[in-house]
Order: sequence, then structure tokens, then C-alpha cells
Amino acid sequence: MAEKTATKDMVCIVCPIGCRLKVSQTGEEVRVEGNRCPRGEVYGREEILAPKRTVTATCTVISGRHRRLPVKTDAALPTEHIDSLLQEIYRLKIEAPVEAGQVLLENFKDTGVNLVAGRRIPN
Amino acid sequence: MRSEITDALVVGGGAAGMAAAVELDQQGFSVALIEREDELGGVLLQCIHNGFGLQEFNEELTGPEYAERWIETVKKSKIQVFTSSTLTEINLLERNLKECFIYSAVHGVLRFTTRTVVLAMGCRERNRGNVLIPGTRPAGVYTAGLAQRMVNIDGYIPGKEVVIVGSGDIGLIMARRMQWVGAKVHGVVEIQPYPSGLTRNISQCLHDFDIPLYLSHVVSRIHGIDRVEAVDITPLKNGVPDQSRTFRQKCDTLLLSVGLIPENELSKQVGIELNPLTGGPMVDSMLMSNIEGVFAAGNVLHVHDLVDFVSAEARLAGQKAGAYLRGWRPKLEVQVKPGANVKYVNPTKVDPTGQSEIFLRPLIVSNHVSLTLSLDGTVIKRQKKAHVQPSEMIRIKVNSKIFDQHTLKGDTKIVVGLEEMD
Repeated sequence: MAEKTATKDMVCIVCPIGCRLKVSQTGEEVRVEGNRCPRGEVYGREEILAPKRTVTATCTVISGRHRRLPVKTDAALPTEHIDSLLQEIYRLKIEAPVEAGQVLLENFKDTGVNLVAGRRIPN
Repeated sequence: MRSEITDALVVGGGAAGMAAAVELDQQGFSVALIEREDELGGVLLQCIHNGFGLQEFNEELTGPEYAERWIETVKKSKIQVFTSSTLTEINLLERNLKECFIYSAVHGVLRFTTRTVVLAMGCRERNRGNVLIPGTRPAGVYTAGLAQRMVNIDGYIPGKEVVIVGSGDIGLIMARRMQWVGAKVHGVVEIQPYPSGLTRNISQCLHDFDIPLYLSHVVSRIHGIDRVEAVDITPLKNGVPDQSRTFRQKCDTLLLSVGLIPENELSKQVGIELNPLTGGPMVDSMLMSNIEGVFAAGNVLHVHDLVDFVSAEARLAGQKAGAYLRGWRPKLEVQVKPGANVKYVNPTKVDPTGQSEIFLRPLIVSNHVSLTLSLDGTVIKRQKKAHVQPSEMIRIKVNSKIFDQHTLKGDTKIVVGLEEMD
């Protein structure tokens, strides 16, 4: 008996172009159509199997001039961990100076994803 | 009062201003860059989400990261940067010189004499007055960009129960941001039958949080005495509010994301002619306004949806301002006009001997469209477009080859149109 194919229309969120994807899943096999670049194929596949998002937020920074430090994950994080990461971010108090790309939380929940500073804040 | 002389003065230290200044500096001209805030970067600094830089740097950056790349380039240059400084007045002198007065928190009043000015002041948000929402005047009504600044720069959360008017990108980004700081967004209300932000933002900022998007709806009343308590939301029927189906949504905060307007108070004061279709200066193929030596680029010229396009446009303005300083002028310019289903084109003139880029803003939502370039009534270029919508600007390249250089006249016109196909 042939396995059922589930098809989902989605919008690729990898970049602002926003390709309209048609993602179909037959058992383990996933097919992505409508993507204009290879990243769209990866997105479509992951979105149907295990969705991930890049998280951007701000945390407290102790500095003379700035109150908030923009932070981001250095890769997309599985969506089920987003809320606990946000809680963690809002507890952080980072002292200036901060360099852009400085790792603030390493390998969050063993996902291999780090939280990094999104800008330089001098002393 | 300190007096200075410079080849070029750039007004605004955001994405556009930095790109224009860097270009002029690289061409060997002296440049002064004037920024009102205490650091360079402009609105990018509060746009902490990612999605910037794919065209400019081939990678996905956040706003502050994109700004920092440019700030580092500015630092390495000979550009004179004046932060915490506001330009208040431009006077036109003899021989096309300009006299600019700048009020600086550090240097006091500065007087600059310059040969060229690049306007890069960006844009401002439309507000409640622009969309005429009836009701009381309580606290809790903010433009989305202001709320973004409060959350991301100042560290204040403007409210807990939120309704957003308008589905522009800033509103969508703020819907997710408010959710991620623990607020609840009860809906996004859009007067048009289609969303006005990028599709990816509808997906990742609304769908991810099950936030309802009310298309063809308006907020018809604001309730609350000291603080917003609720809003009335009314669906449109044939473009008219259907009051019988009005419902009330409790909330303490209303964010408005109802469009941006190029910031041209300074331009008007100098006598620059504005394009009623864009709200920005009317510019020629050099991105020069009707006043010799005054150029414009970025959101002050027309509101862009991608910062990468802002940088590219401003780099072009810098190049052309440099060419102007060396005495170069185009021999002939061809007019560009918006045709069917196009709201506006920018610039409104191109130099037929060189490569040009034209931005156009579509008026329609369609999946089967053919973009046509007509020269004096004859279609000279046709290009299929898989998807167009008003929120996504289209950029087209125009090659000098499409013109028959021998028969071009001063009154030759290009019309750019979008034809819907079945």
C-alpha cells in the first residue's frame, strides 16, 4: 500500500524574499518545491520535521550609556526551547565592555546553539 | 562659532547617510556626516531582529550588526562625524555653494560651507492623527516604532494586552517582540484586503503565535479614560465599515503601524520640489533634486522595505555626488513614468548611456504579472514576475543597450507598467 502524502503550503522565512514553498511529506521522504535557493529546501524540510527559529531579544547591560544589549542565537533554535531561552535572557546582566559576537550562553540545552551579543558596547 | 569648509555634507547617520558618506570619502572628497543621536546607526539600532544584509554582505544580520559593519567602515575613513548634532538650516549661496548651520551638543553652533549636500534623514511614522481613529485620548496609544525603541533601547515594556493597527513590517515585528517579552497580542487589524508587511513576517510573527490578522477591518473606536481599556473592531463591507458586525477587544495598548512618511521638513525649507507620489524629493538620474548639488537617498527619498536597497541607493547617490563634484553631468536624460498598476517609480529620470536601476512600487497583489518597459509607446522589455504586492518593492536594471542612442530625443519617455495575465 502506498504511503499517504501530506502537503503543506508555507512561506520561507530564511530571507526577506519569502519564497512560497510547497512541502510534501511521504513517510520519511520530504519534497520541497518553490524555493529559489538551497536554504529554502533546508527550511522547508526542517519546518515540517522539527521547526526552528532564530531568537532575537535584549538583555540588561550595565554600562554608562546603554540600558539594553541586543542578543541573538547564532543558529536557529528548536521552537520548544524558545520560551526557556527567553526566560534565561531576561535574567542576564552583562557588564560592559561587550564585543559583538561575544558568547553569553554556550550550547543552550545541548542544542549546539549559542546566545551571542548583537553589538559592541564600549565601557 | 566654528566655521568649516567641506566638499560634501551628509545629513543623517543611518544606513543611507553612512553609505553615501563612505562612497564620497573613497572618491577622495572631504565629508562631514551629521547625526542627531549620540551614535551612528539610525533606526537600525532598535531593529534587533534579523533579516538584514543578505544583499550587501551575503549573510543574515540583525539591525545593530548591520549598522556596526558600516560604523566600522566609517571609523576607518577620513569622514568627519558629528553626533548629537542637528542640522537646522541650509542657505543657498553664490556659485552653488551651501551654508549649513548645525547645533552640536559638543561643539556648539557650527557653520559649514559645502559644495554638495546629501539628504539622508530617513522617514517618520504616521500616527493616530493620520488615520483618524475616533474615541477617547487615553495613555497606551503608541506608534509601533516608538514602542520598539522603548522595548529595545530604553528597556520599558509599554503594555501587556496589545492590539496592533496596520500590518506593516514594524507592526508585525513588534507583535512577536511583545509576545516574547510576555505580553499578549490579541490581533492585527488591517484596512486593506491583503497584508502590508513582508509575507515572511506574517508567517513568523503572527502564525507562530496564533495572532489573528483581521484583513479588511478597522479599529473604529478607542475606549478608556486614563489608559486604553478596549478598542472596537469593525469589518469593512464593500469598503465601508459594517457597524452591525463591530466587536469589542479588551486591551491596554494600541500600537499603530500605519505607514511611514519621508522626513522632508528640512528639504521643504530649502525649496526642494517633492514628488507627491513618494513624499520624497523629485530627483533626476543622479539622484539630485531640483537644487543643484543637493542629493537624496534612502527613506528620505522613498520608503524602502529592505535596508540593503537603502545602502545601494545611497552608494549611488554618493557616486553621483562625486561625479557632480568633478563637474560631470549627463548629456541627456530620459524620463521614467509609472504606468498601469504602478504607484510610483524612482528615480524619475535615467541616463540612457549608463546602467540604471529603477525602483517601483506595485499597486496590485498578483501571482501572474508581466512587467513591461515601454519607450515612447513601444514595449522594449518584458519580464515575468511570479508574485507582486504593494509591500514588496521591485527593482529593475535598465541597460543602455535597450535604447537606440541615435534616435533618442530629450522628450523620450519610459513607462513602467505591470500587466496582469490570466
